[in-house]
Formats: sequence, structure tokens, C-alpha cells
Amino acid sequence: MIIDLLEAISRWAIPVIVLGIPLWGLVRGVRVYETFVEGAKQGMAAAVRITPYLIAMFVAIRVFRVAGGMALLLKAVTPFTDMLGIPPEVVPMALIRPLSGSGALSMLGELLHTYGPDSLVGLTASTIQGSTETTLYVITVYFGAVGVTRARHSLPVGLWSDLVGFLAAVFICNWLFGS
Amino acid sequence: MINWIWFILLAGGILLAAYNNDAALVTDAILEAAADAITLVIGLLGLISFWSGLMEIAEKSGLTALFAKLLRPFTSRLFPDIPPEHPAMGAVVLSISANILGMGNAATPLGIRAIEKLDELNSEPGTASDAMCTFVAVTTSSLTVVPITVIALRAAAGSTDPAKIIGPTLAASAISTLTAIITDRAWRRPISRRR
Repeated sequence: MIIDLLEAISRWAIPVIVLGIPLWGLVRGVRVYETFVEGAKQGMAAAVRITPYLIAMFVAIRVFRVAGGMALLLKAVTPFTDMLGIPPEVVPMALIRPLSGSGALSMLGELLHTYGPDSLVGLTASTIQGSTETTLYVITVYFGAVGVTRARHSLPVGLWSDLVGFLAAVFICNWLFGS
Repeated sequence: MINWIWFILLAGGILLAAYNNDAALVTDAILEAAADAITLVIGLLGLISFWSGLMEIAEKSGLTALFAKLLRPFTSRLFPDIPPEHPAMGAVVLSISANILGMGNAATPLGIRAIEKLDELNSEPGTASDAMCTFVAVTTSSLTVVPITVIALRAAAGSTDPAKIIGPTLAASAISTLTAIITDRAWRRPISRRR
């Protein structure tokens, strides 16, 4: 019941907002069309500003991935993840997550297909996906939009909280769904 | 740090390719990735413009300010540097809400809008302000109530209970968001004092 409601809110949030904002604007006497165009112009400039940052990050991540860098990284962390009792199946997905959202999502799809969505691996992988973020992409895009090149502690904080989210997801799922 | 990560990804990949004696791999990857970045920007161009236009209406009509006011007790503690009446506060609150609701496609444009407003308050262009760092910390730690994409994927894979992961996801992402907020606070104090 509550879950259906949450899902409905998530599904209808965008249409309701897209209707609600101009409606509220009209009521408050805002020239909605002209104002929209003015804002959209700023948005366009922002999208152009993030382009060089995205190219830099995309190329570096792709070169690393196609050359087998992820496999090497996986080999390096396996002793630690084994020690902590983390299911080895979900580790590659967790490693790719901060770098590539689409990469992690396609790996989740594969895991759900191979192990079943209601298996411990499937449940854990699903929870990891929701409790971590494409940190490198968010930092690239957000700071790129305003030309910030000195991100200070943002990157380590983002990666650290991804690690904590990942570990929390693994332990919560083990505790709730583990046999 | 971002300089090092960027360089290590690039150099690590090229060295590995050299070890495997496969130069074409690198050249192809560069070509494809650069093109993919442009494809993504083209997709984002329309979306960012649309949400920026909508947000402009929300700001001019006082809706963002109203929204920010409702959540002030919470946000003024999280973002002490943003004046409560400044449009940046409303934009930040809306962007975080979009993330919490799992509005993936709208969340990025709203986030860009918010960071632009934060940049108006930034005294040092080119360097992230304290408020920007906190905002990015909250965003990259992904507090999620409805992980809609994951639920859809699970349903497509034939799950008997696709929404079963809502509770665990909420708990795990709350832990990571709390960690991000605390780490951000702890980290930035010595830096601000040095100035």
C-alpha cells in the first residue's frame, strides 16, 4: 500500500511539477512563456559549458575500461572483499558504479538475469545500485557547469560515501535476506 | 585529486594496452568515448534547457522561495552560508528533493541550476565554496526513497516482489548520506581556518 503510493508519487512527480509551476506562475502574474525562454537560454549555456569536462572524463574512463583496468582493480580488492564476506558477484558492479552509471546499470541487469532478482545476490546488487551514486559524473557535470576546477574535498567525500553506502547495502541485505 | 584520478585512468589504460600490445584499442576507445560525450550533451541540452526554463518561472513566481522557507529549519543548519532568502537555497532544496524522489532525468538539470545559483554566492570563482561541497556531498551520496529504475529493472527480470529493496535502499543510502555530511563538515573546518 505505502509502496504503491511511493511509486505513484515517483511516477507522477514530473507531470505534476510541469503543470504546477506554470500554473502557479500564471496565478502570481508571471509572464510564463517569456520567463521560460529566458531560463532555458541559461540552461543551454550550462550544457555547452559542461561539454569539455564530460569529454575529458569519458575518454579517460573508456580507455581504462577497454584496456582491462577494471579487471586489474578487481584483482587488487578481492582479498579485502573476501575478508569482509562480501559476495564476489557484486564487487565488479560496485567498482564501476562511481565511474559509469550506464555501466553499473547494465551489470545490475546481468546479475538479475543470471542469479534471479529475488536471490541474495540480486537483492544486494539492487540495493547497492540505489545507495551509491555516479560520483565522478556528478562532480564532472556540476562543477563543469560553473567552471570550478578546484573541487577541494568533494571527490574523496563522494567516493568515501559510496564505499560506506556499498558496505551498508551488503550488510543490511545479508542481515535481512541472508540464510 | 581529480587531476590524479583522471591521469591514472588514462595512463593506466594506455600502459595496460601497451602491455597487451594493442594500440588500436586505445585509439578506438578515445574516438568512441569523445563521440559518446557529445551524444550525451545533445540529449542533456534539451533537458537542461527545459528544466532551467521551468525553474525560472518557479523563481520569478516566488515558488522556490516558498519551498525553501518550508524546509528552513533543516536547510539553514546544512547550508549556513546561503542566505535564507537567496534563490540558491530554493534551487538546492528542489534539486535534493528530485534526487530523493528518484526523478533521475530531472535531477541533473535541477542540480546544475542549483550549483549555478551557488556560484553567484561564491567569492572565489574556480574553487568550490563550502556550500557547493556540502551540496555535492549530499548529491553524490544519493539519499533515495524510491529507486524507480532499479524497481523497473527487477520487475522486468521477473521478480515476485520488485519493491522489496525500498527499505534496505533507504537505510543504506541514509547511512551513506549521513556519512557524507559528517565527513564534509569535518574536512572543511581546517581548510577554512587556514584562509
